[in-house]
Amino acid sequence: MADAVIIQTAARRRRFANLFANPKVLFGGGFILLLVLLAFFAPWIAPKDPLEQDLMLGTLPPAGFPGAEPGYYLGTDDLGRDVLSRLVYGSRVALTVAFVAASLAALVGAMLGLLAGWYGGWVDAVVSRLVDIWMAFPPVLLSILLVAILGSGVHSVIAAIVIIDWTRFCRVVRAETMTQASMDYVTAARTIGFSRFTILMREILPNVAPVLIALVSLEMGIAVIVEAILSFVGLSVASDIPTWGGMIAQGRQIIHHGWWVLTFPLLMLFATVLAFNQLGDGLRRVIDPVMRR
Amino acid sequence: MSLLSIRNLSAVSDRDGGTPILRGVSLDLAPGEVIGLVGESGAGKSTISKAVLGMLPRTVRITKGSAIFSGRDLLSLSSRELRKITGSEITLIPQDPMTALNPGRRIESQLTDGLRLKRGMSSTDARRRGLELLEEVHIRDPERVMRAYPHELSGGMRQRVLIAAAFAMDPKLVVADEPTTALDVTVQKQILRLIRAMQAKHGTSVIFVTHDLGVVAQICDRVTLLYGGMVVEAGATAEIMERPRHPYMQALLAAGPRYDRPDRALAPVPESIFAGLREELASFDREEVRHG
Amino acid sequence: MADTLLSASNIEVAYGAARNIKVLHGVDLTIAKGETLGIVGESGSGKTTLGRALLRLVDVTNGTVTFDGMDITRLGETAMRPLRRRMQMIFQDPMSSLNPRHSIRQILTGPLLLHGLATDRRDAERQASKVIERVGLPLTTLNRNPHELSGGQRQRVGIARAVVMRPDFVLADEVVSGLDVSTQAQVLSLIGELGREMGLAVAFISHDLSVIRAICDRVMVLQGGKIAEEGPCGSVFEAPRSDYTRALLDAIPLPDPMPGWLER
Repeated sequence: MADAVIIQTAARRRRFANLFANPKVLFGGGFILLLVLLAFFAPWIAPKDPLEQDLMLGTLPPAGFPGAEPGYYLGTDDLGRDVLSRLVYGSRVALTVAFVAASLAALVGAMLGLLAGWYGGWVDAVVSRLVDIWMAFPPVLLSILLVAILGSGVHSVIAAIVIIDWTRFCRVVRAETMTQASMDYVTAARTIGFSRFTILMREILPNVAPVLIALVSLEMGIAVIVEAILSFVGLSVASDIPTWGGMIAQGRQIIHHGWWVLTFPLLMLFATVLAFNQLGDGLRRVIDPVMRR
Repeated sequence: MSLLSIRNLSAVSDRDGGTPILRGVSLDLAPGEVIGLVGESGAGKSTISKAVLGMLPRTVRITKGSAIFSGRDLLSLSSRELRKITGSEITLIPQDPMTALNPGRRIESQLTDGLRLKRGMSSTDARRRGLELLEEVHIRDPERVMRAYPHELSGGMRQRVLIAAAFAMDPKLVVADEPTTALDVTVQKQILRLIRAMQAKHGTSVIFVTHDLGVVAQICDRVTLLYGGMVVEAGATAEIMERPRHPYMQALLAAGPRYDRPDRALAPVPESIFAGLREELASFDREEVRHG
Repeated sequence: MADTLLSASNIEVAYGAARNIKVLHGVDLTIAKGETLGIVGESGSGKTTLGRALLRLVDVTNGTVTFDGMDITRLGETAMRPLRRRMQMIFQDPMSSLNPRHSIRQILTGPLLLHGLATDRRDAERQASKVIERVGLPLTTLNRNPHELSGGQRQRVGIARAVVMRPDFVLADEVVSGLDVSTQAQVLSLIGELGREMGLAVAFISHDLSVIRAICDRVMVLQGGKIAEEGPCGSVFEAPRSDYTRALLDAIPLPDPMPGWLER
């Protein structure tokens, strides 16, 4: 029996190692991890105060370009604020929105999807109709409207994303649940006498999880973009908190004499979304034990 | 004079790190002959048929050998030259009649594809030929079937349509890949009878891939038994069924339950026979390494 | 019969929203303790539905199912639960019948703990080890996941899961049709041995009459949701009364040269 235990932990370790052997997980996950550290330790990492204005140092180019000032590695905006520091602090809002909004949307959507897919009948009918009606609203308009009603702020942005995007999870999880429910091992669990709820948790949920995790990761990327869009139109957080979307909006106005103010947050946004997508795809492949897809 | 002559064919799977999947396979097929390729899963029977059809997956690499068909080596032809042969001189009856037909196209267009595209027939001529073919495979209402979509036909009917399509081009060689595995026994018998009749009428050679020794006994002139990509036993069907030489063949014949032999105890293939087979494979691989 | 374990009388099953697609048209059967009944038929004969109706996995529209003297036709899920232990099933496709995310250990110990057949985790583990050895697999199999096993090994795990709860009745639905001939014989003899050892009543569903004859005491031939013929294997195979049975037998190709068989 001791042998068995050793083999078991070895298998677990192997699976853990597999996780990082996948290049998508390694690079996507690595980048996100870096970003998390950046956001968490922003006060120590950012070289300057992101809010400190100095009109004498306005629109400085990044290091290495003529007219650059030492200490302002990525230059300054038209109000003389350090772009690098704003970028670092901006990751706080981006990541908060990404993690909280995507998790909440997944929670709501997956729960309803599981119930609809597994219990069927009137539960399914109600949930499906709700999703149909929900999806008839144009999403961008709805989010702007929602934030306008709820008032601006991180909470409103998160609420808007959850309210709009839970349907994405619900539809996928419902379909996947129905596929799993038709498998023989679910019938086997019924013949064993597990209750319906136990079967849902023990047999079905673990098989829906890979798809769900991939979807959460994708949704985090989407949330980052939505937050940036709302910041861009000035509906996200108060203007004294640096956000990438806000920086892009600001940079747009001075694009001709200060391209860096727009470029760096745009690059950051691009890299972050790409990293989330890659991570999601990689995780799905690694977590699925059968690799049947 | 043989129509197809496979000599010393070896192949490896690149996906499994260069594992041999065919080991020096040789077989000959005379015009008008039906040969059975039998073996359990992983024996290499479908690899051989795919090689003949030019449909090997990218992960499979031929390392040695030739497959001479009507004087040309199928394995060294360019993919353009190969396309001229497969689908017209060599055709396929697939395993699963449910997925082999496109659900979105009518039978008529699927049946006459080859005639129009490869033979350059007009659609009226192709249609006339299609109706003849459906009659030839004993489909009662050919006009209706031509207009039908695949889902409107039963499994047996679809397999008849696929047989008609395989013989439409008047091929010299038909590869039948487990064509009755998905069918009920009563339908299986009709389909076997039909393949044999079509083959005899057109003088076509058939490679019949199956795992069912009963089917082999009833439809094949000769049989080749494979294990691990190696030919274990080959010869005339009646001869082998009555006097199998290789212990593996003997064990397989003993292992299959038979409704007409109730007194016979279930006899799983003994592990010692598999051990012997593995030793044969290993010694083939050693020889291969020695001779490069 | 005095020692009848499972019986069905006049059961009908219909599918569809309006229950208008009838699959079974009044089927009767009895299975005695320790007996193996073969249920044979072609696709659409209703054999799979019949099996699932016996286990109350599909609802019957008419008729009654009796298990050990108890009418279970309309029992609710909760009322069925204690009986579930006593009625088990082995599936056709061992890949889809084993949850890919569970280890074989979890698959075997879960049911034992659920029904309180094991005092604790260690006891469940001990019983699982015993049964895995009984079906001829090494103990390390417990640590594997289903996709790491071969088809024959998976089917052995499927059998182990069914017998680990020491049931009285097992439904085997096309359990060898996906297996190679050499593995088939092993799995069939394993089921035969276990049946005798444990005194199991078995309903053995198959499309293959040769397989049925190798393992069953009695056989029932289904055609289009009705019984075409039923009786002890000896008499049904030696002297079939129904034309359909005769046609089925005649359609089986045997590995002997039988000149003229194809034209018959």
